[in-house]
Amino acid sequence: MEMSLDLLGNAVVSGVLLGGFYAAVTIGVSISFGMLDIVNIAHPAFIILGSYIAYIANTTLGMDPILASVIALPAFYLLGAAVYQVYYVAFERRGEEALRGLAFFFGLLFITEVTLVLVFGVDYRLVDAPYIGPSLHIGPVDLPLRLLVPCLVGLIMIGGLQLFMSYTFLGRAILAVAQDQLALRLMAANPTRIKRIAFALSIATTSLAGAVLIVIQPVEPSIGRDYIGRVFAICVLGGMGSFAGTLVAAMALGIVESLTSTFYGPSWSPAVAFGFLLVTLAVRPAGIFGR
Amino acid sequence: MTGAALLEVTDLGKRFGGFVALEAIELAVQDGERVGLIGPNGSGKSTLVNCMCGTLRHETGSVRFAGRMLDGLSAHERTRLGVARSFQLPRPFNTLTLAENLRIPLLYAVNARPGATLGALAIDERCAELLQMVGLAAKSAHMPRDLTQIEMRKLELARAMASSPRLLIADESMAGLSHGEVDDILALLIRLNEQGVTVILIEHIMRAVMHFSQRLVVLVAGRKIADGDPADVVRDPDVVRAYLGE
Amino acid sequence: MSGTKFVLALLIAAGVVFGAALLVGNSYVFFAGYVVLQYIALATAWNILGGYTGYVNFGTAAFFALGAYTTVVLHKLTTLPLPIMMPIGGIVSGIIGLGTGYLTLRLRGAFFSIATLALAVVVQTLITNWDFVGGSRGAYIVRPPTTPLLGIDYIQYLCLVMLALVVIVLATARAIERSRLGYGLATIRDDELAAEASGVPTLRLKLVATTMSGAFMGMAGAPLPYYVTYLDPTSGFNLAYAVNGVAMPLVGGTSSWFGPVIGAILLGTLQQVVTVTISSAVNLLIVGLVLVAFVIVAPNGILGLLRLQGRRS
Repeated sequence: MEMSLDLLGNAVVSGVLLGGFYAAVTIGVSISFGMLDIVNIAHPAFIILGSYIAYIANTTLGMDPILASVIALPAFYLLGAAVYQVYYVAFERRGEEALRGLAFFFGLLFITEVTLVLVFGVDYRLVDAPYIGPSLHIGPVDLPLRLLVPCLVGLIMIGGLQLFMSYTFLGRAILAVAQDQLALRLMAANPTRIKRIAFALSIATTSLAGAVLIVIQPVEPSIGRDYIGRVFAICVLGGMGSFAGTLVAAMALGIVESLTSTFYGPSWSPAVAFGFLLVTLAVRPAGIFGR
Repeated sequence: MTGAALLEVTDLGKRFGGFVALEAIELAVQDGERVGLIGPNGSGKSTLVNCMCGTLRHETGSVRFAGRMLDGLSAHERTRLGVARSFQLPRPFNTLTLAENLRIPLLYAVNARPGATLGALAIDERCAELLQMVGLAAKSAHMPRDLTQIEMRKLELARAMASSPRLLIADESMAGLSHGEVDDILALLIRLNEQGVTVILIEHIMRAVMHFSQRLVVLVAGRKIADGDPADVVRDPDVVRAYLGE
Repeated sequence: MSGTKFVLALLIAAGVVFGAALLVGNSYVFFAGYVVLQYIALATAWNILGGYTGYVNFGTAAFFALGAYTTVVLHKLTTLPLPIMMPIGGIVSGIIGLGTGYLTLRLRGAFFSIATLALAVVVQTLITNWDFVGGSRGAYIVRPPTTPLLGIDYIQYLCLVMLALVVIVLATARAIERSRLGYGLATIRDDELAAEASGVPTLRLKLVATTMSGAFMGMAGAPLPYYVTYLDPTSGFNLAYAVNGVAMPLVGGTSSWFGPVIGAILLGTLQQVVTVTISSAVNLLIVGLVLVAFVIVAPNGILGLLRLQGRRS
């Protein structure tokens, strides 16, 4: 195993692209956990759901997976609103989020995985798209489009959400509800409605995230569990609600995972994310850009 | 030589991100003293209590109790050393009965101290005694959810007392009580003080504060603006402007 | 009832159950019974940290499998009787529990839960990559030719061992409930801040609960290789353990030692029936749905429903 500079360089570049993708996957959790304090451990399940929907659209209708996920966005939004409503009525209102709310999301995670196994089986599924396969070559560096396109989608999604948060009334209301619910109530805005919208948004992002996931790698129902560690590690390291922090943390994780994968093999990736999570929690729970 | 103060807060500062909650707080409380702490809402009174008791970590300054540095000690260690507090918003143990709520400090604070350990019977007697003191003896087998807000405050105070503290910090235990009930709690605290417990009373009810305090400290926007004889402090123009006036 | 009397009652109940199973004469009773007993131990272990202390462990499968794989390692290295291997498996899982707890329990409960989820994935990855225990291909475990107790089959012996573990775990859980430790754990669950202010050393107690819980889970997993005779990561880290560890206590009721027992017996039996009549995947789906339903509608589990019933009548 020679440490060629080429190999190293490509590993880093892949890591950066992977990081953009990881940011797309995590941004929903930055909203639900980072801002709303809802520990939605079922987030990866929704992503996998998005992957399978993109898969169906791609194999039965020949549609581009990312396009399919954009079309599916409203459905995911409504799903998110419905899930939040149940969560709010059953747990948040009663003050029982700690144990029962967590168990609820775990149940959702579990049910989704098992249902997908029942419907699709445990075989890996892939999609077909013109950007899976070819790579751009810039000097010694390879930029596989398979990684580049998801990264770009991720960046656009985060950029869009950031603009929404900073410049629209609704977006700023969401930021406000994250900080001070009482003040929001005094401004005659309904915190519950705002939180429902925000949570629905976070689930909507999983539609897109799922599509880019199945572009990057073949998908089967259980890989959602690999993403739990990653997603929460990135969210915490990125400072909980900070989008910029999420992006930076995602890149960091992407690079470390890519390097580990290149030089030690891909099966150690979950351990890398877990290590990240533990180190972050132990050393700086406020994250890099934290409050 | 006068002994060192029981509680010495030196140059204590606490920030929440960019917000300065407390700045350069200096406070010395003598053994056996009755100190009143007043100030507008949001002035940092509860934050100061949290820093003194170890619930929050302060960035600058130090807290000494009975000559010992408290910095770095967790809240339960400070309670064992003799610092007790009641919470402004009552935090009872909801799945335990009232009597069981009071058992906890007896089991974990009193019994953790070197020396005499209370047996099961002694613990039960002490719980009954404490409930009697705050007028909740009849409800000793009830759950906290069966209590009124006022009764919960009394339970909160009783639980703080149960740890047999040297210093008791009562954080707004009288809010919402009737005239007579305020007098009851006042009498209770004064009796405690006569038994040797140092008390810091944080209150908005001026009548109670003036009656109770040997010394009055005023906190406004995270800074101490007055500290001295109650009669003088309430006439201080800064205090009047910031808190008492209008 | 005092502690000793309770243990006595448990031993008598265990004896009766075992004797009845022997009388039935069908070895299927023992195969199914082993699974239910295993779940009673797992659910009770989970509840020490979950129900008593309020911290949710989603990595039951990891602690369970570590116990099983400790046995595999020991089996390949030497010959040890099963009752010796079980505490060793318990120690391994207990240490992992202590470690995870130490790193995450100073923070809010949600971080601990997330860490246990991630831990499950990591431990499975490590084991899958470890050739000594067979890696992804799995390991074959040959049962010893004779059981230490003459006159009974090996599967009956396994059930006896598991019965003994169940007695120990139940007795421990009940003892905790009534002890100073139990009160301390309850205050952590009810209001950790107030607990600290009342003198309760919350971190220390949380670590105790996590270690005990993990250790018992490891002990419950230790005999598994001898039960299945072929162990691979997919079966050792089976999704069933992940969900049942959480579902059984929550369905049965988390407030006392009896809740996990109810949950384990009911859900365990239900699962045996569904797996045999429909499929194991549908079985897991049903468990998941039952979990979500109970958590929303009957948060105090079956015990809670019974208590409500008792109050009305």
